[in-house]
Amino acid sequence: MSLPPGTNLSADECQKTLQEIFRDFFDDDSLTLRPEMTAHDVEGWDSLANIRLLLTIERKFQIKFSASEVGGLHNVGDLVKLVAVKANGR
Amino acid sequence: MKRDLYRELSWLPVAPADFKGQCRAALDSTNDFGQRIKKLSRFALNDNDLIRLAKTISSGADRGLSLSPLRPLRLGLAGNGTSEFITPAIAATAPRHGLGVTCVSAGYDQVLQECISAESSLNRFKPEVVLLALDWRTLPLRTALGDAQVARATVESTLDFFDTLRQGLRQHGASICIVQNLAAPPERAFGSLDRKLEGTLRSLIDEVNAGLSLRLRESTDILFDVAGLAETVGLANWHSPSEWNLAKLPFSQAYLPLYADHVCRLLAAQRGLSRRCLILDLDNTLWGGVIGDDGLKGIQIGQGDPAGEAYLNFQQYVLSLRERGIVLAVSSKNEDANARLPFREHADMLLREEHFAVFQANWNDKAANIQAIAETLSLGLDSLTFVDDNPFEREFVRKVLPDVAVPEMSEDPADYARTLSAAGYFEAVSFAAEDLQRANYYAQNARRATLQSLAGDIEAYLASLGMEIEFQPFNETGQARITQLINKSNQFNLTTRRYSEAEVARFQNDPQALTLQARLRDQLGDNGMISVVICRFLEAGVGEIDTWLMSCRVLGRRVEDAVLLELIAHASRRGIYKLRGLYRPTGRNKLVERHYAKLGFTQVETKEDGTTIWELDTKSIDLKAPPMVVKRIGFEAVASGMSHQECV
Repeated sequence: MSLPPGTNLSADECQKTLQEIFRDFFDDDSLTLRPEMTAHDVEGWDSLANIRLLLTIERKFQIKFSASEVGGLHNVGDLVKLVAVKANGR
Repeated sequence: MKRDLYRELSWLPVAPADFKGQCRAALDSTNDFGQRIKKLSRFALNDNDLIRLAKTISSGADRGLSLSPLRPLRLGLAGNGTSEFITPAIAATAPRHGLGVTCVSAGYDQVLQECISAESSLNRFKPEVVLLALDWRTLPLRTALGDAQVARATVESTLDFFDTLRQGLRQHGASICIVQNLAAPPERAFGSLDRKLEGTLRSLIDEVNAGLSLRLRESTDILFDVAGLAETVGLANWHSPSEWNLAKLPFSQAYLPLYADHVCRLLAAQRGLSRRCLILDLDNTLWGGVIGDDGLKGIQIGQGDPAGEAYLNFQQYVLSLRERGIVLAVSSKNEDANARLPFREHADMLLREEHFAVFQANWNDKAANIQAIAETLSLGLDSLTFVDDNPFEREFVRKVLPDVAVPEMSEDPADYARTLSAAGYFEAVSFAAEDLQRANYYAQNARRATLQSLAGDIEAYLASLGMEIEFQPFNETGQARITQLINKSNQFNLTTRRYSEAEVARFQNDPQALTLQARLRDQLGDNGMISVVICRFLEAGVGEIDTWLMSCRVLGRRVEDAVLLELIAHASRRGIYKLRGLYRPTGRNKLVERHYAKLGFTQVETKEDGTTIWELDTKSIDLKAPPMVVKRIGFEAVASGMSHQECV
């Protein structure tokens, strides 16, 4: 289920994997990630779902978000950029 | 990759790839919704799977689908941390333990009002059981370093707080409280001194936990030893600072499935639904090796070598289960006399015949035997747990008798005891003298139960395994293993002719001999080389089977049929249409006395020493090919005429 460390991921690959995670998590195969997308745009993305979603992403990419990093996320675009940086820094 | 016992609940089978689809499909059921939910809950589910299943259950409720035969239970959750994850996890895990739980949680940080006020949302829900899940961080545990008096007072007032909550809940209708004790944080102010000095956080928590155990002894309320659970997985793993900071999660969400399973075990135990009987395989489960082949001196049990120690450790754990009243039974594929031999004569065995209430050792399928054990003990199938090292047997019993708990076992017997304990099938909420007697009540010195025929579809199961049998003639690579099998096999061995490596090599190169080594693979794994055959063409028109042996591990899978069909194909290619087989009784191979009869051979002679001789006219055979793909390596292509072939 999770990606082995040392795998170098392009921003595109991160986006693709994240989109898969989002689609599975929110049970919506038509969901398409856009950089300006926020929790308001997705049904079921409340604060609790947000926590589980972040934990799921951590598990899948084998990364850990710090408190301040999480605080700095305003939209999906920020998330994709952060994941791409962290996934390649393992 | 090895699955983690506590994070992945690795005693449970892996969830199918289409778990999501199966959840959706369950909503289309008309009258078996409860059964389908039960089936889905039996897999190892992560936190997202649990949420998905919980949503399926509540959608089903919205559509008016009954959860029967799951027993309904109303659970309240009173905690002072984030509990919204916990309620769906419990609802999705409960069916695994036979329960349909509706769960309501009290508001964060309002635990006192929720418990003592009649009008609180918790009490208006009228829960039958309330889980009181308090976290140390939100309790007033003020440190008082070295001050025994103040420390004592702090502990007492904390314990009184717990009592107030319990009383409040009782007053408003909840019949039982499950009280969670405190998992201490791994951080220390001093180090070892934190535990020894009064009034440190560590000492306070230790004393609160000890006090809870004492106070709960006087009550029918239940202790949920979260402190013990956290210690088992490691306090440093249990507590996740980042997850607390993120959302006040009281423990790492990686352990949510485990936590939910522990809660549900207590609920089930409270309702009398815990399992009561442990059925054990013998070979490679209670001892290393196969008693029928290796004999008393060859099996591994006892001190002095790591394997023997591992099995001893497992026997010790099984014995401790019996000591607290769990009934033991045996289900083994063995001659009855062989199976009982270690219990009677091996000095290092801890388990003895008298520890078992029922002793089933025969060559019939294990599901039928387990069914017979259940009937003999007047226990439902959902009271049974079955432990076997063989994934084939485990999966078969799971398919045919889904209510029997069958844990996935590690390949290393050193982990057997830990796995069985972690699975927690035998959770109890009370203990009385009668429990000690229960195991004895059933024991009439290892009875044998009568087998009824079982309506389990073995053919369908075999077909579902994706079996592949690979035949090769004897060759250099296989020589050592072939020689080993020839000299080691005792039970499924028709003539018990022992050959040295040199003699095996001679057969390999003998143009008047047909040699076969067979390897069996299936979805559950690779069984390695499991059968060896030597057929000799010394007489005109006849192939005489000099050697035919097979590993007992693959009995019941129709490997013998595949081998016979292979023999016939090769003989026919040489223009030989008559096969002759010999059975030479040795006292250890009674298992194959009727082997040739079962394959359709006719008995033509019996010798004075008991040897029987059988013949088959291969043109007249009417044998359906078993459900396995046949691969051949190292032969010239065999003419077609058989199904499921692949020539390499």
